[in-house]
Amino acid sequence: MSASYLTKRIEAARAQGRVALVPFLPAGYPDKARFWDEIDQLDAAGADVIEIGMPFSDPVADGPVVEHASLQCLENGVNLKWILNELGLRKGRYKAGLVLMGYLNPVLQYGLDRFALDAASAGVSGVILADVPFEESADIRAAFEPRGLDLIPLVGLNTSAERMALYAKNGRGFAYFVSVLGTTGVQSSFDTGLPGAIRAGLTQAKAVFDIPVALGFGLKHPDQLKELTGLVDAAVFGSALIRHIDQGGDSAGFMQVWK
Amino acid sequence: MKKGYFGTFGGQFVPELLMPPLLELEEAVERILPSKEFQDELGQVLREFVGRPTPLTLCENLSRELGITLWLKREDMAHGGAHKVNNTIGQALLTKKLGKKRMLAETGAGQHGVASALAAARFGLECTIYMGATDVERQSLNVRRMRLFGAEVVSVDSGTKTLKDAINAALRAWIAEQETTHYCFGTAAGPHPFPLLVRELQAVISREARAQMIAQAGQLPDYVVACVGGGSNAIGAFHEFVPDAGVKLIGVEAAGSGNPGDWHSAPLSKQGSPGVLHGMHTQLIQTEDGQILPSHSIAPGLDYPGVGPEHAAYQASGRATYDCVTDDVALEAFLTLSRQEGIMPALESSHALGWAIKNAHTMKPGSHVVVCLSGRGDKDLDIVNDYLAKKA
Repeated sequence: MSASYLTKRIEAARAQGRVALVPFLPAGYPDKARFWDEIDQLDAAGADVIEIGMPFSDPVADGPVVEHASLQCLENGVNLKWILNELGLRKGRYKAGLVLMGYLNPVLQYGLDRFALDAASAGVSGVILADVPFEESADIRAAFEPRGLDLIPLVGLNTSAERMALYAKNGRGFAYFVSVLGTTGVQSSFDTGLPGAIRAGLTQAKAVFDIPVALGFGLKHPDQLKELTGLVDAAVFGSALIRHIDQGGDSAGFMQVWK
Repeated sequence: MKKGYFGTFGGQFVPELLMPPLLELEEAVERILPSKEFQDELGQVLREFVGRPTPLTLCENLSRELGITLWLKREDMAHGGAHKVNNTIGQALLTKKLGKKRMLAETGAGQHGVASALAAARFGLECTIYMGATDVERQSLNVRRMRLFGAEVVSVDSGTKTLKDAINAALRAWIAEQETTHYCFGTAAGPHPFPLLVRELQAVISREARAQMIAQAGQLPDYVVACVGGGSNAIGAFHEFVPDAGVKLIGVEAAGSGNPGDWHSAPLSKQGSPGVLHGMHTQLIQTEDGQILPSHSIAPGLDYPGVGPEHAAYQASGRATYDCVTDDVALEAFLTLSRQEGIMPALESSHALGWAIKNAHTMKPGSHVVVCLSGRGDKDLDIVNDYLAKKA
């Protein structure tokens, strides 16, 4: 199969000698109208991939910042139908690769095949399902692959080389490496430089995966990017962007800081 | 490839970061749990600390009135006052065998929290209990009991601030602390291998009850009735009777107030649909968008929007039947058993009993009915008093 659009976007950043920027924002945050303005800003400011959160009532893999934002989106009336409709209206508008990130149940209720079709039709390139480990991924990959939709593997500090290899065999798009054993936005695990365990985990992931490796969870300030050059291909910013918006900033301003 | 399924229900829907401790636990369930050494040690603790076997009690007064032979499997007489301890003792022992020093647990009403805390104390383990902020407030007596047993109680302030959010918080904590800590899941639900592990530890209920029926009644029961929230006492009460085709298995869920539009806790018998929550594919109370809805019951231990996957599978296969009764029916059963038999049942167990009383007239006269009396009702006195005051 040919390289996915997500892989190409991240490789293009690497060709420019930089770590690809992957901002994350829950769909409909801070409100339904302003969300699309934020996405426009992220794209215009050079985000290589944009992750859009599909809010879920019980987000076990997220920390308090993302959970709070997601629950607010649900109160704002966000559902998958709205996300995919609105994305469809904007198809072709974004240079950034688009990834949907969330949990399996809303996707199951939407209908796995219908979701794959509608997401691909709306210009989505990949999907991260935080509660789908390798053991449960076969049916989902079978639904996604015919539509060219990547199921992006999520691995972490405690993922053995053997398990990484399971993901690598079927992995498409990029691999998402979780930098903390804990949840997003709780602690910055490397305020004082990149810990050896993360360095070792990333080195292992880079060796096992053919696709690019993105580092996510726990990134807090721009200086961290310098240390990552060469170690990872992309860096995800979730809680940090939400905090920036909560403090009255906008996405264009956030990307200035990060560039 | 697919493991941990009961029919189409079950599975292991967790972040990859939780797979290493789940795989470690799977191995322990296969290797340590069935070993003679483990079973001998568990058996001794169940006898000498928990007080097993619990009696099977014939309700002479109610039987006369209802025209059936009503038996109670007395889990209320287990140490701690409920069946929960069967599970926590087993998991605490398993924690020791895994070489871990700490247990964490979720709790709704606090019964599993108390049972975990006392088991941790018994085995010299540290213990942290995650409990929704709303529950911490309305179950302060149980919070104090947990703290007396030496557990740390963490109040969970996210989402609906109840059991489902306590489970979310406990799963998150387990991701961070998996190397030193075992997650003592409270019911026969969650990701594989928990539904299997908890069932194996609770099956002692039906092992004893089956032998006691043969010894005391000279026959197997016609019905086994148990309340279902997550479903641990019910799966324990059913398990040994599953091959006995003549024994009807009845799971009783909580219908809540029964008023249209009010929350309930009956994904099997009232209104549920298949979906994924807390690591399992099962029947859930959810919106058409797949968002989990709040649940409600007068019995705090039944207040959960999902159900253990093996129950969902027994419903699908028809081996067990699931029905629900309202708060009113449960409360009436609570009062009836207290007055007529001198036994005060937990409000959870009162649902099973309420179903048996309500449906006795549909049974063949003299039918032998075993109700799993999963816990004692002392903990519920405030709820009962408030409810009666409101009704008056």
